[in-house]
Amino acid sequence: MTTTETLSIERRAATSREGVLCDHCSLPVPPGAVRPTDAEQFCCEGCRTVYHVLRENGLERFYEIRDRDPVREPARSSGRGYEEFDDPKFHELHVRKAGESSLASVELYLEGVHCAACVWLVEKLPAVVPGVVEARLDVRRALVRLVWDGSRVALSRIARALDSLGYSAHPAKDADTRRLRAAEDRRFLVRLGVAGAAAGNVMALSFALYGGAFTGIEDRYASVFRLVSAGFAWIAILGPGRLFFRGAWAALRTRTPHLDLPIALGIGVGAGAGTFNAIHGHGEIYFDSITVLIFLLLVGRFIQHRQQRFAGDALELLFSLTPTRASRLDGDVVTTVPIAALRPGDRVEVTAGDTIPVDGRIEAGSSDLDRALLTGESRPERVRTGDTVRAGAVNLTARLVVTVEAVGEETRVGRLMRAVEENVRRKAPIVRMADRISGYFVLGVVSLSLITLALWWRVAPEAAIAHATSLLIVTCPCALGLATPLVIAVAIGRAAKRGLFVKGGDALERMANAHTILLDKTGTLTEGRVALVQWIGDESVKPAVAALERESSHPLACGIVASLAEEGVAPARVEPGSVEQITGAGISGDVDGSRILVGSPAFVLQQPFENDHATVWVDVLTDTALTPVLIAVDGEVVAAAGLGDPVRPDAESALRSLREAGYRVGVVSGDHPRVVASVARQLGVSDEDIRGGVSPERKISIVEEYGGADGVVMVGDGVNDAAALAAASVGIAVHGGAEASIAAADVYASRPGLASVVELARGGRRALQVIRRGLGVSLAYNVVAAALAVGGLLHPWIAAILMPVSSVSVLALAWAARTFEVR
Amino acid sequence: MSIVFVLLPVSVVLAAVAVGAFVWSVRRGQLDDLVTPAIRILDDEDEPVGSRASRKTC
Repeated sequence: MTTTETLSIERRAATSREGVLCDHCSLPVPPGAVRPTDAEQFCCEGCRTVYHVLRENGLERFYEIRDRDPVREPARSSGRGYEEFDDPKFHELHVRKAGESSLASVELYLEGVHCAACVWLVEKLPAVVPGVVEARLDVRRALVRLVWDGSRVALSRIARALDSLGYSAHPAKDADTRRLRAAEDRRFLVRLGVAGAAAGNVMALSFALYGGAFTGIEDRYASVFRLVSAGFAWIAILGPGRLFFRGAWAALRTRTPHLDLPIALGIGVGAGAGTFNAIHGHGEIYFDSITVLIFLLLVGRFIQHRQQRFAGDALELLFSLTPTRASRLDGDVVTTVPIAALRPGDRVEVTAGDTIPVDGRIEAGSSDLDRALLTGESRPERVRTGDTVRAGAVNLTARLVVTVEAVGEETRVGRLMRAVEENVRRKAPIVRMADRISGYFVLGVVSLSLITLALWWRVAPEAAIAHATSLLIVTCPCALGLATPLVIAVAIGRAAKRGLFVKGGDALERMANAHTILLDKTGTLTEGRVALVQWIGDESVKPAVAALERESSHPLACGIVASLAEEGVAPARVEPGSVEQITGAGISGDVDGSRILVGSPAFVLQQPFENDHATVWVDVLTDTALTPVLIAVDGEVVAAAGLGDPVRPDAESALRSLREAGYRVGVVSGDHPRVVASVARQLGVSDEDIRGGVSPERKISIVEEYGGADGVVMVGDGVNDAAALAAASVGIAVHGGAEASIAAADVYASRPGLASVVELARGGRRALQVIRRGLGVSLAYNVVAAALAVGGLLHPWIAAILMPVSSVSVLALAWAARTFEVR
Repeated sequence: MSIVFVLLPVSVVLAAVAVGAFVWSVRRGQLDDLVTPAIRILDDEDEPVGSRASRKTC
């Protein structure tokens, strides 16, 4: 019996307890999908495909490896064709040729990569698809690097193979940016390595020197050790340490205080004095402190850098998952091509459920468009042949053929993205708390050392310079420099575990210092979909309405059906053949012997029906900015349904906690002013802070009216919010947001709902508190060291002990801080 | 104790070699991904996979 069979049997043993389990993903198989005659059972076709592909290729070991890992997120096949991967434009954009040979390489993001078994399976690709030379998976980034022989196999064939294994592939965008970043990461590591090696070697030599200071050491050894230490220290200073001098120089030139200034001062004075003393053979050298200082500060910055990069990678993956393909019509033939290959004048097909890829004019078909992400409008819009459509709108109901007028950067969205980029560039870096302190710090330290010099000059002139320089060196703010990056790194790491991706470290500090939070309505405060919000009148007709509306594909009808299904209303049975659709007005049909009509008030009120309450009902619903739908049974209007975009269940409590935390809360939306006002008042927002019917450009100026980059937090999800997100002090893009908004925002909340905004506000304030505490502790150490130095009591070995101790205590503080709760 | 004058340069050279090796490995991209290699090594097997499996030659 093979291992796989044993495993299958084990899995079937679990059947009795949890129902039938899928042989691929181990999730329960829905009762309808169970095939009693089959040996294997699957929850869906995707799982079945993957399972059979694995068996055919002798890759059953996947299950064995996967089952070592308790986390089970099934990978399923999507069944796409990936023709666009063979388009010349795609190759131009994403594929790199390896010299003259037919070998080429490409980087692809894979959906569904998560565990050891995935690494094993993906890297077995050369065995599954002849012509693939190498597949290397980076499991953390879900990025696979493929090398294949273009003359033997097409890229689409490889992508289909990956898909059939359960990993749908997406081209990794911005290969150049990624290469630049990789180079930056590597430079960071090299710096760290050189600084660490220098610090370690100087430390070893210093141990000998300290030992010698207590027990005696021959001068010739001591001076050699001191000179060698000097050599190592200068390597650390001129190599990795250059970073601090560059920062200090920039701070001087722009006249903004920066922590690099006191650091460079300490390192510079220490290195100068130390070298002078090493050459002259007497006096203290400070190379141990200096090299360790450089190393520790680099470690702090490296950790922060890594955490930020991690959040960035997660967002990049999200970007690459957004489709970049379109269906081009050449005559009657549909070809899938990359969007970049489209030209004005081309015709594209947009099926229901797809996003419109270009700006253009509808050549054939009529449908409803969801433009919520573009305009903030919550109601679907009816479009027909001849209408203009914009890239980014979602086609809801029927197939459209669109003639391309503008692609990519030329589209409305593309132009908006340029405005976003400008705002992002304009955003001035904030003067962080540690930097603000550093200004006073330099002043204090320099004047203290001058005082020391003056005091000791009278008592012992030869010791005066030594004491003054030692003061400058020991007060070099190591812990001060570590406090901020460490706290930020820990906080960003924990936030990422909670689904909050913070792109820049200073976003947390900005968040804590903000005074106003502006929120978009559609998709942020509300769920961004049509649903049944209010029902007036007879409830007993609900099953009949549910049944009738199932026959319609109108977005309002879909909303009613979904909401009633959530309420647990079982649809009644419609008399077959009795359904009649009245375009743009409603639908009618026979249910349980009664004639039911569901339609717009304009249409229903025209009918010769009894409608005593109907007009009142319609007024009640329109007053609360809902779209009314009337229900008539056998010529009598019995009920009215109010449809709208339901407010998120946690919106009210979230806004209350934000107000309690001291933020001024406002709503800015592109939707109709009445709808915005109704929702905002319901949530307790004061009238002066409610702005409806606002264009994307106007959103920017509203953000600026409230203070712009000076303390305004903008929360939004749409393309129409993107520029405002970039203009605000902190932009937060919420779950389900458009690509543009995620690119523009400083923080992306990947969980639905507003709870994460509250969490971010709280976490930001806590982080700032912890930074303050860390700065306090490190300043306390500096005060002690300075006092000792002024008193002339500071031996270099005390300095050498004080510095790591202060750094470790700051590190412990950062680690123990409860910035974001991790469950 | 004069041996120190020999040992010191030797240790400096060793340190330089270590740093050089580190820099070389970083530049080659060996430290770009620290997660996957740890997983990869667990599942290296010697048998060829399945019937259609072909051994990789490069």
